[in-house]
Amino acid sequence: MSAITAIQLFVFLLAGFVGFQTISRIPPLLHTPLMAATNAISGISLVASLVLAGGHHGTFATVLGTIAVACATTNIVGGFLITDRMLAMFRKTENTKNTAGSK
Amino acid sequence: MITNTFIPLAYLLSTFLFIIALRSLSKPETARRGMQLAAFGMVVAVVATLFNAKIVSYEEILIGVVIGSILGYPLGMWVPMTAMPQRIAFSHAFGALAATLVGVGEYYIGLKAGTLASGQVTALGLEVLLGSLTVTGSFMAFSKLQGILPGRPLIFPFQNTLNLLFLAAAVACLIWIVMVPTAAPVFATMIGISLLIGILFVIRIGGADMPVVISLLNSYAGLAAVATGFAINNNILIIVGALDGASGMILSIAMSKAMNRSFTNVIFGGFGAVSAASDASSVAASGEMSVISVEDAALRLAYAARVIIVPGYGLAVSQAQHQARELADLIEKRGGDVKFAIHPVAGRMPGHMNVLLAEANVPYDKLIDMEDINEHFSETDVVVVIGANDVVNPAALTNPASPIYGMPVLKVSDAKSIIVLKRGQGKGFSGVENDLFVNPKTSMLYGDARQSLIDLNIQIKNV
Repeated sequence: MSAITAIQLFVFLLAGFVGFQTISRIPPLLHTPLMAATNAISGISLVASLVLAGGHHGTFATVLGTIAVACATTNIVGGFLITDRMLAMFRKTENTKNTAGSK
Repeated sequence: MITNTFIPLAYLLSTFLFIIALRSLSKPETARRGMQLAAFGMVVAVVATLFNAKIVSYEEILIGVVIGSILGYPLGMWVPMTAMPQRIAFSHAFGALAATLVGVGEYYIGLKAGTLASGQVTALGLEVLLGSLTVTGSFMAFSKLQGILPGRPLIFPFQNTLNLLFLAAAVACLIWIVMVPTAAPVFATMIGISLLIGILFVIRIGGADMPVVISLLNSYAGLAAVATGFAINNNILIIVGALDGASGMILSIAMSKAMNRSFTNVIFGGFGAVSAASDASSVAASGEMSVISVEDAALRLAYAARVIIVPGYGLAVSQAQHQARELADLIEKRGGDVKFAIHPVAGRMPGHMNVLLAEANVPYDKLIDMEDINEHFSETDVVVVIGANDVVNPAALTNPASPIYGMPVLKVSDAKSIIVLKRGQGKGFSGVENDLFVNPKTSMLYGDARQSLIDLNIQIKNV
């Protein structure tokens, strides 16, 4: 195993911990927007698709790359739009009437 | 030379913004701004990548980006909130497809150049294995949720054995190409088997279990991205994939808990097929159901001080979110206090019901999670159960013979009185009888949820 792979494993381990810590704090209220959000962010695989599509490694690789670019872009554009649309719907009670009971 | 440090630094900034965005999702007030930062981070990462020296032409990229934007816009702006589960399943398929195609492309390049080494092929193999089973699995989930395929689990003999054999075969192919990286036919066979596995695993999962499946596929899509990162030595893919994988994992655990099922049970169980145990529970649910008229129900609600509305999937099916919100408004106008009790599996995906009610202008501080609201039922005058069944079934707490025994439920029967809006006398999704309906405190109001609510609202206005 190369040194680079070892560093990648460290990065993966730490990112996994950050993920578990961060996402555990997200209330069920926002679990659907969370899913849409991770979907949008995971469109980051576009960066790999871009390098494949624009790399000129023969028609086969270019076609695969271009389709991958289209798929990833779809997720980025659609994902961020729908997440924003959803989050815009979440509003607090407007009047300051005291609501007893739970938080 | 400049790009060698500039691109990783841009990725570092993007990664930072993504993590900040996920943190901001812990509160509705900060969530929207956080996601806008993440979108900015995405632009930074993509623009930086365009400076990569390996990119020699931009025409193909432009074509892909234009097609993606044209497809993405309607998927973002036009899809209704009720269709959110299939919308998410669909984009899991797209994300996984992108990862799979990149994996195949990179393998092909390495094969041609003769540079394939075991390490890289391990990553590429995992990437296409996870990616391709997520593609077909997500399309299956999408088809079931969209109603293109029947939602029932499709079960045939030796199904589990067959699935496990296919899984073993795919893993064997993976080990083979790690040993012999240039064995392209084996690589192709592995993709074929993985595509088949995705179909076979999801085909046997019923509609009610879809929240777990969608979350699980989310996790796989993330892990496929991690493998891509390892294969092309890109840290931002590893980090984002890990975040995505963690998110999917946490959500599927939360959903499994809410349904009182283990992972293995969801994947190998086929809940719709359970029938033996429900005989025992149907005996338990004996007694008379008392029916209430709309007028009486309206009177009771109009003079109640504390009301909790329990929305179930039946509410979403009959598109009655707006009428439910109107009911809450009318009661509040008369001085009553109204809250909505949200069970984790009230919708068809994690948090779905919250979004549907938020869309109907219910303020989010009135949407209370199960754990927080359960202790408040005892001080509640009237609980209105709308199109929910299993999630309010007290048998889950009291009857060990019931198939849903142990599932966390809303303790509706602690309230002083209960009104259940229900289409007819049928059973819930799991086919289990509900003791709540024969409880002396419970009154049944039969009819379509939406129509019943419209009638109720008219009557309350006249009180």
